[in-house]
Formats: sequence, structure tokens, C-alpha cells
Amino acid sequence: MRFDWSHFTPWSSLAGGLMVGLSAALFLLVLGRIAGISGLIARPLLAVFTGNAGAPERVSIAFILGLIGASWPWRLWADLPTVTVTADTCSLVLAGLLVGVGVRMGQGCTSGHGVCGLSRWSLRSLVNVGAFMSAGMLTVYLIKHL
Amino acid sequence: MRELIAVLLGALFGLGLMLGGMTNPDKVTSFLDVLGRWDPSLALVMVGAIAMAALGYRMARHRTRAWIGDPVDIPKNTVIDLRLVLGGLLFGTGWGIAGLCPGPALVNLGVGDRHASVFVCAMLVGMLGHDYASRWISDRRAMSHHSSLEKTR
Repeated sequence: MRFDWSHFTPWSSLAGGLMVGLSAALFLLVLGRIAGISGLIARPLLAVFTGNAGAPERVSIAFILGLIGASWPWRLWADLPTVTVTADTCSLVLAGLLVGVGVRMGQGCTSGHGVCGLSRWSLRSLVNVGAFMSAGMLTVYLIKHL
Repeated sequence: MRELIAVLLGALFGLGLMLGGMTNPDKVTSFLDVLGRWDPSLALVMVGAIAMAALGYRMARHRTRAWIGDPVDIPKNTVIDLRLVLGGLLFGTGWGIAGLCPGPALVNLGVGDRHASVFVCAMLVGMLGHDYASRWISDRRAMSHHSSLEKTR
């Protein structure tokens, strides 16, 4: 293992993390809801397809819309951060399908299991995080080094 | 009121992801590249996020109602099964291929990034596909269980 100090951004990453955590904490304290993005997307999506939408779905949709619109307030005071994607369209489709199936099967993603689950010492979340971290590391190793 | 708070918290969440570097797929794959040139930045996003969320959870844990008056909806599921592990493995593989997970993908969708729109469309198909498939399988199981009960009668 070699460290890539040239791209290391400790302070902005820690500050960004604190903002994500503050959002998750307030979402739970104020509205009583878990800030798991995959669940927040899936609930209204399934409600539309099965035809029973209610108040929790409206809150889910509102949170998702805020997330989609997050770059607009950012633009008021800074240039957008760089987005570098190396995956081609086919890989992006495959990745999207795997993520979509995986987060529904495992009932959570980086936010629901990673942030919310680990912060309440859920063993279930720890197992899921261990699985997706090791699969992610193995996949990147296979793509970058083989 | 609930919707307004949720929009603001969603934006705060997204701004945090942007500031933290989670919305740059190249940075995500550098974080996952532990055997190459490793950029540990995103571990600090997790540390910061978990620290703040843990504080919130400690305050919410013994409450039955949130500040707004709705019940506190903390997952009670503690089952560790194959689906939990397999789901994590599939998600992690996709995360490693694209460097995108659901939250950052939605933020980049809002920026108008073409890659994110392709990824999000495929992700929604995957989500719906999984849920329809699992419902179909459980319906069939229930039916075959029912018919086997009929035979034993």
C-alpha cells in the first residue's frame, strides 16, 4: 500500500462528512426517519408502481429532490467540484444495475448501512458494509491492476 | 413543513457529499484502490458522518416521537442472512466499477452529468427489477406451499 498524498483532502472530507452526518442526525431527530438514500428512492418508486402513496413517501421524495438540487446552492459561492468518470457507458449500465439490485437485496447502501447503521452499532449493517467494501476494493483491484 | 425540512436536509446531505469528495467517481475508486496508490480521504467522510449521526442516534434512541411528532422509525431488523451479504457484494461490485453509489449519483444527476443519468436509469431498473422478482418468487413459494397443504389434506 502506497499513500496518494497529492490528492489527500483531509479537512474538506472531514467537514463534508460532518455535514452528511448532521443531515442524517436531524432527519432522525426532527422527522423520525433514517437517511438511507436507496430506501428513500425505492419507497416512493414502489408506491407509484403499487399505487399507495402517503405522507412518508412525500418526505422521501422531498429529501431526494433536495439531494438532486444540492449543486444549485453550491454554484452560488463556488465552482462545481471536478467529476472524473473513467467507466464507459456499458460499464455504467452494468454498474447501475448491480447497485440497484444490490441495495434492494441488502436493504441499504453507503448511507443507510454505512452512515446510519454503523452509527448505531448495528451488526447487520457492519456485515453489509464489510461485504460492499471488500467487493468494491476487489473490483477496483481487478480493473486497475490486472 | 415536513417536506420543506426534508428538502433542506437533502440539500445539506448533498452539499456534504460534494465537499467531501464523494461525488467524484475518480476519488471513490482511488479510495477503494487500497493495493495501489491509496487516497484515504473518503474514510474521513465516513468518520465525520458516523460521529455526527451517532450523536443524533443517541439523542433519538429513547424517544418514541420525533420533534415534529411523527414516530421515530429506527429499523428493528437484526437478521443476518445470505441476501444481506449477497446484496452488499453486488452493490460493492457496481460501486467499484463506476465509482458511484446512490447518493452521489443523484447529486451528479442534478448537475446534469451524462454518466450519472445513465447510471441512475440503470439503478432504478435494477431496484424495480429486484423488488418485482423477489415478490414474484415469494408469491410462487406461497402458492406452492398452499398447494402442498391442499395435497396433504
